[in-house]
Amino acid sequence: MTQVLVAGVAEGEVLVLTEPLSFWGGVHEASGDVIDIHHPQNGANVTGRVLVMPAGRGSSSSSSVLAEIIRAGVGPAAILLGERDPIIALGALVAEALYGQAVPVVVLAPDEYARVTAWRRVRVQASGEVEVSSD
Amino acid sequence: MRLITRMADMVGARRLIPITRAHIDGCLYHGPASIDFARTLAESGAKVHVPTTLNVGAIDLLHPTLFRGRPEVAAASREMMRHYAAMGCRQTWTCAPYQLVERPHLGEQIAWAESNAIVFANSVLGARTERYGDFIDICAALTGCVPEYGLHTDEGRVGQTLMHVRGIPDATRRRETFFATLGHLVGRLAGTAIPVIDGVDHATEDQLKAFGAAAASSGSVAMFHMVGVTPEAPTRREAFGGRAPDRTVVLGPTELAAAAAELTTTNTRTLGAVSIGTPHFSYAEFERLRSLLAERLVSPDLEFFVSTGRDTLARIDAEGWGGALRACGVQIVTDTCTYLTPILSGRPGAVMTNSAKWAWYAPGNLGYDVIFASLEECVESAVRGEVWRDDVPWEGGA
Repeated sequence: MTQVLVAGVAEGEVLVLTEPLSFWGGVHEASGDVIDIHHPQNGANVTGRVLVMPAGRGSSSSSSVLAEIIRAGVGPAAILLGERDPIIALGALVAEALYGQAVPVVVLAPDEYARVTAWRRVRVQASGEVEVSSD
Repeated sequence: MRLITRMADMVGARRLIPITRAHIDGCLYHGPASIDFARTLAESGAKVHVPTTLNVGAIDLLHPTLFRGRPEVAAASREMMRHYAAMGCRQTWTCAPYQLVERPHLGEQIAWAESNAIVFANSVLGARTERYGDFIDICAALTGCVPEYGLHTDEGRVGQTLMHVRGIPDATRRRETFFATLGHLVGRLAGTAIPVIDGVDHATEDQLKAFGAAAASSGSVAMFHMVGVTPEAPTRREAFGGRAPDRTVVLGPTELAAAAAELTTTNTRTLGAVSIGTPHFSYAEFERLRSLLAERLVSPDLEFFVSTGRDTLARIDAEGWGGALRACGVQIVTDTCTYLTPILSGRPGAVMTNSAKWAWYAPGNLGYDVIFASLEECVESAVRGEVWRDDVPWEGGA
């Protein structure tokens, strides 16, 4: 079942991460580049993308790094998760509270998650519903 | 409090429960958002409600000249550190709060952040903390409560995946890198499940520290059981709460050898530095370092860093060990850690470490090539000025 952790509306190109990612040590704070050398998507950039990722990983500093990349304007447009992750959700909540920038964080059901990974560009509704979008 | 109740809603908790202490990871500077949050709280006059310790910051307050980063980052780090101190947090500046004299005990409800501290508190001490991150950690400390869910409950602490360690020769088990390597492998395989490790009969706190830190870096492990070793797993049956494992994985010499190899990024023999103490070096580890180094000098061709907590430094200084180690060329770093902030001078060559966590993060954070090795290999290499490896194999009948 879809669960909205942080509500918001967003649209962007999908970036599918095929493994969990720790934002701390995994994403550069000023550029939004994936810097984790062990990650299959190392070298990709999260800025403006709808990030589809199975789960968070590792460091408890990931909340800070997510809030910081959102503040700096290099954060993702939305985060769609396969599993609930309060550390990621907290980063988005604090960015919203401090800077008024709502980056939706939604946990998708397995079938929905699989469907979204095949889409190129999507729109995330405040209800957590994800639909394909054409640009 | 608003963040705490939002979190409670998010995780479906029905009520809040009181905690007895907190450990804050959010005091490390990651950019202006870190400061904006800390300043907002500190300037509102907020004070912590329970005894609260602080994780590392980005600079060594006792040895500030070690910091080689930009001055504005040092200034911002100091400001961060000041805000958290103003809220009444104890200035421990360590990622190993379980090494402090005052530490939580079995069954105590706490709110700890910092992935290695979380896994140690749950697994080794039997205290109960969820996987708290930055921001929520200080909110828990200020309010003195957390949502009741997950690892705070009996149900949430039951083992899920059986990791059976089998066919490892004794010589390999005695190898100093065994626990960190096993932890790295378990983190890779466990996902978000609670792993139960069977087939390891005894372990010291430092070995469990290395194991947990590795598992919480390569994976999201917030708690493990080690049958016959950790307090909530006297038997396999109790570790699983009487239930059958969801999944069983066998870990043998081949898997361990591959996991160890993954932590080394180069085959160069040139070393620029040796860095140990991630998580922070304990008193017992300093004892071992002293005996391995045996008053020999570190080669002038490289740098040798040990990261530790200021409380541990005070203890070893009281013994006169700190001065003796420095005289041999060992640089002792407190309040921060060499894998998250620029301290190494960047001499050409790889960095050798006995920490799987350092080996996992430093290549991405700081761009170093890493050689993962035992403490003995680290010390011998530091003295010789080039890479020295022992010949204990992961496989074979030795």
